[in-house]
Amino acid sequence: MSGESIWQKEITGEDIKRFFQFLFGALKDVFINLYNKFYDYGSQIISRYGSKMAIFFFLIPSLGFISIFYFLPFVLTFLIGLTSMDFTFQWNWVGIQNYIRIINDSFAPKILGNTFFYVFTTLSFFNVGMALVVSLITNHIPDEVGSAVRGIWLLPRITPSTVYALLWLWAARRESNALINWFLGLLGIPPIDWMLNHPWVIVILVNGFVGTSFGMIVFTAALKSIPEDYYRAARVDGASTWEIIRYIEIPMIKWPLLFVTAYQTLSLLTSFEYILILTDGGPGLYTTEVWSLYSYHVAFRSYGGTVEIGYGAALATVLVIIGIILSIIYWKVFKFEEMMSEPKIEV
Amino acid sequence: MKAFGEKIGIGLAVAILTIPVLILYVYLFLISVSEDMIGIIPTGFTWENWIEVLDGEIPVAGATFYKYPNIYQVALNTFFLAVMIALLEVILSSLAGYSLSRFKFRGRSQLLTTILILHAFPGITLLIALFFILVQIGLYNTLIGVILVKVALELPLGIWIMKGFFDGISWDMEMSALVDGCSRLGAWWRVIMPNVRNGLMAVLIFGFLSGWAEFIYAQTFIAEQSFWTFSMLVYAFTIGEYSYIKPGITAAIALLYMIPVILFFLFAQKYLLRIQLIGKGGA
Repeated sequence: MSGESIWQKEITGEDIKRFFQFLFGALKDVFINLYNKFYDYGSQIISRYGSKMAIFFFLIPSLGFISIFYFLPFVLTFLIGLTSMDFTFQWNWVGIQNYIRIINDSFAPKILGNTFFYVFTTLSFFNVGMALVVSLITNHIPDEVGSAVRGIWLLPRITPSTVYALLWLWAARRESNALINWFLGLLGIPPIDWMLNHPWVIVILVNGFVGTSFGMIVFTAALKSIPEDYYRAARVDGASTWEIIRYIEIPMIKWPLLFVTAYQTLSLLTSFEYILILTDGGPGLYTTEVWSLYSYHVAFRSYGGTVEIGYGAALATVLVIIGIILSIIYWKVFKFEEMMSEPKIEV
Repeated sequence: MKAFGEKIGIGLAVAILTIPVLILYVYLFLISVSEDMIGIIPTGFTWENWIEVLDGEIPVAGATFYKYPNIYQVALNTFFLAVMIALLEVILSSLAGYSLSRFKFRGRSQLLTTILILHAFPGITLLIALFFILVQIGLYNTLIGVILVKVALELPLGIWIMKGFFDGISWDMEMSALVDGCSRLGAWWRVIMPNVRNGLMAVLIFGFLSGWAEFIYAQTFIAEQSFWTFSMLVYAFTIGEYSYIKPGITAAIALLYMIPVILFFLFAQKYLLRIQLIGKGGA
């Protein structure tokens, strides 16, 4: 798709229109064709081999994808972690050397501390805290307004990560006319160089604004399912709004609270996209580096002239193992099946 | 009088809850149409940034060697990536979801469990191994490689959504089709599929948006500028080698990038909420 020469001549609106017509037409043809081929082939198989084969016909494509790009990487992450692989992709087995190196890595304590700080702070202030605040407030105001507010909190999640990080980077510039400093200036506070002096504030705000929506939706669904009688009985007894929140709503959503806490811990532990864009682990040496980002840096960025895919994979293996263990625990503890098979709640 | 006080209270609560989220988007728009900004107040209205961006070629201040990828080519790459991911996900997950919902076979419950666990598992931790696999099969530095990886990582979610929708359709409908002489595949295609349109839409929209916004996999698996997507362009203009580019131009590109997101936000929110509820969490 390089096509340099096409772009050198003048492009008119007509060209663009024709191009998109062509593109849509071609895509449609290709897929209808593929689907028909697939359909014919499937019918043949089924009529020849019976319905046992039908199962395979339906399942095999997905299983193939998941095997190659999900199961195989599991195994490979672990195996590569036992080598000193670099960009030449040679399998130089070194046993558990990489893991010994993790223990002796002088940056590991700092990065581990950062990771805990990042997960704990973002989780308590936003993914659970802010989510709870938003869902409780929107539950106590007229419903049309409430769902509009919740809709707005979805925006950071569906905004492409690069755009959302860019917005905050601009708002947090050190100049006095940048959004945050300008606002602080109105309050008489001198401008602050956020990204240099307080990078964690911005990192946590960005991840928090993005992460709030998950908890908000789970909590709202749970709040909506509290029977109206409870509220009525409380009001008859003269309970204030605060007392209703404190003694009825929060106790009733204990389980969703636990679920969101557990689920988001794993997500935060392994996600590094926004940190990569915002600070890239800096400023300075590993100021905002977390474990998953460290693994990425070691494997894909050359600091000392070479990338260390093997060491990066060993660091990732630690996360993979934590991920597998936590996923299985969630499935056991939260009866995932019931939680997940409820797509009919209208929030 | 009490009702009036209540209204003010509600208004205040709504303002406090929404302004911190919304103001950044207003800020972005104002940057794209003004010459300079003092806080949130624009100074000097101009369409120049938009005109320059929609022209396709992004002007390079001072540099003669670098040529940025044409905006329309970037748009095309992003669109191709998102559409392919969405379509593959819909096809594969509707097939697999149907078989898990309807067929009895050995290993079915184990397979369901595996899919659920995979759904909770953060696929991003497999990035290094995925990189290795793509290099080995010659799909490194191709859009197809990114598409395949994304589809595979999102399949457990898609399969689970589709299975839920198939579960919601009564057996009788299918039975009557089978009794009337429809083949199994025919019943699936002609009778069942039209009834799970909502599920198909949800998976399609989710696949499209996640492909449209994809950053990490694209950034890691693609090296050539001619394969760049919007996310990589915005990233490059923000932090990377071209960060000296005019903010107004970057803002216009970012807004252009957000058009489908805004459209889906306005017209398909019920699907988005549904996806959020069952979808991957995480920041």
